[in-house]
Amino acid sequence: MYDPAGFWVSGISSGYRMSSRGNIIAVLVLSGVMLGLPLLLNNDYYLSVLIIIGLNTILALGLNLLMGYAGQISLGHAAFFGLGAYTSGILTTSYGVHPIPALVIALVFVGVVAIIVGVPSLRLRGYFLGMATLGFGVIVSILFKEMSFITQGPSGFRGIPELSAFGFVFDTDLKYYYLIWTCTIIILMISANIINSRIGRALRAIHTSEAAAGSLGVDIQAYKLAIFVLSALYASLAGSLYAHFIGFISPSSFGFHFSIVLVTMVVVGGMASIWGAIFGASVLTLLPEFLMVFEDYEIVVYGLILMLIMIFLPEGLTRGVIERIKGRLAR
Amino acid sequence: MMLSIQEASINFGGVHALRDVTFQVTEGSIKAIIGPNGAGKTTLFNVISGFYPPISGKIVMFDKEIQGLKPHQVAALGVNRTFQNIELFDNMTVVENVMVGRHGLSSAGLVKGIIGSAFRSPFVRREEKDIKERAMHYLDFVGLAPRAEENALALPLGHQRYLEIARALAAEPKLLLLDEPAAGLDERETEDLSRLIEEIRKLDITIMLVEHDMNLTMDISEEIVVLDYGEMIAEGTPREIQNNKKVIEAYLGEDIGD
Repeated sequence: MYDPAGFWVSGISSGYRMSSRGNIIAVLVLSGVMLGLPLLLNNDYYLSVLIIIGLNTILALGLNLLMGYAGQISLGHAAFFGLGAYTSGILTTSYGVHPIPALVIALVFVGVVAIIVGVPSLRLRGYFLGMATLGFGVIVSILFKEMSFITQGPSGFRGIPELSAFGFVFDTDLKYYYLIWTCTIIILMISANIINSRIGRALRAIHTSEAAAGSLGVDIQAYKLAIFVLSALYASLAGSLYAHFIGFISPSSFGFHFSIVLVTMVVVGGMASIWGAIFGASVLTLLPEFLMVFEDYEIVVYGLILMLIMIFLPEGLTRGVIERIKGRLAR
Repeated sequence: MMLSIQEASINFGGVHALRDVTFQVTEGSIKAIIGPNGAGKTTLFNVISGFYPPISGKIVMFDKEIQGLKPHQVAALGVNRTFQNIELFDNMTVVENVMVGRHGLSSAGLVKGIIGSAFRSPFVRREEKDIKERAMHYLDFVGLAPRAEENALALPLGHQRYLEIARALAAEPKLLLLDEPAAGLDERETEDLSRLIEEIRKLDITIMLVEHDMNLTMDISEEIVVLDYGEMIAEGTPREIQNNKKVIEAYLGEDIGD
């Protein structure tokens, strides 16, 4: 029966989500694994793949807050990633700004862009919101190509300096690896905390019934916008880190194709699943390495994977498979 | 005056869903809205809750005009509701549904709320604990505390209606709008519901009720408004309504008075 103390200890868990304590344990396990992994996979290729998985996880976490929890689609999320990358790249390379202030300026800039894009487009629903964000993504990727006087055009922007902070220079992949996975794990924890809070409940409420959410005092437009901006900030951070790590950015990395890959990560990992984001990001980062043989048809295979998962495992791979295994065992 | 509806009208594609509806709701009373299907009862609730503004007329709550406010702004003034087609959050547990009801009572703004919950600030921890305790209190009030951790849709229909009531109560309303709370309930469940509504009233909550169950309506309400094709055709005590000729013609037929 009713026991307030007991509830607090068990957190605010529910059915398919992990309790706060479960989350903390999972974060500790993940941190341990990521800490030790470079010892096993200590070559530049593996490290760079792991770094990209970390960055993609940050992107997928942001998009999952928006799509999986608040139920709002974005087909232009690569644009925020690109804006973060280009802002950091241009400021540090062309204007000699220190990487950390440049990263902060990128966050502010992307936040403002997200507000400007979000205010009108989040009034739309479903396909229409999808189209609006898609349009935004296309515009931004054209700007990257055409504004060659600052972006150096379609051939890409080169010579981005290494990230440095307080005299410490991130000049090896291993240093980037630890930096980026620290950021990823912090963002993972932040996201889990938001979801298991009053804010997260308001988002999930909007997803199921805007009428009921509104009648209980949730300012629907404000919450949609806030989560849209937050997910854009995640993308901007990932973009800045990516620019410094890779040293060379080109418009093709931030186009429509990558927006779709991000959506696929969320769907594969499972909508409304914080931990699925890591899984989705890993699968979609590793897949191209295996799909090299398909070359130009890679996007077709992505599409096919997305379709098959939506048809057979609409809850996403992680939860879908877990539930099917449970179902088998119960029988 | 708790609530005053003044010549409220609304059109949907040329159809008058409400036309010059005017009545008042006294603080502490139970007021029922009845009428045949399509009479505009739920539309009236939707207009009061701010889902759509009336094309003309005023909705005045405690001397403040509220027509044109958004749903969350109306909710902030102490108006909460249940839904005819149950609108529970199916991606949450029973208790989480009620916890959403506490949403508007937090003192944290949006940005402070997000940053606070991202880093589990002491304020957010305390508040979360309080939200859960209050939510459990209201679940207990409707008798659903033992099922707190189940998924909301695992409950039978009658309990789902109770859960919606608990969720609305958790918002500590001054005015509670119940949209067909007895729909789909059997006789015994309806009797329980009638007792529950009496209990709610003891919490100093004014109640407006849309209901098809005439026994329940006549039993618990002090005053009844009758709508037909969006127009108000009668207003009065249950006894007056039962004997009103227009009402009998429009809607009640020979069912009444048995």
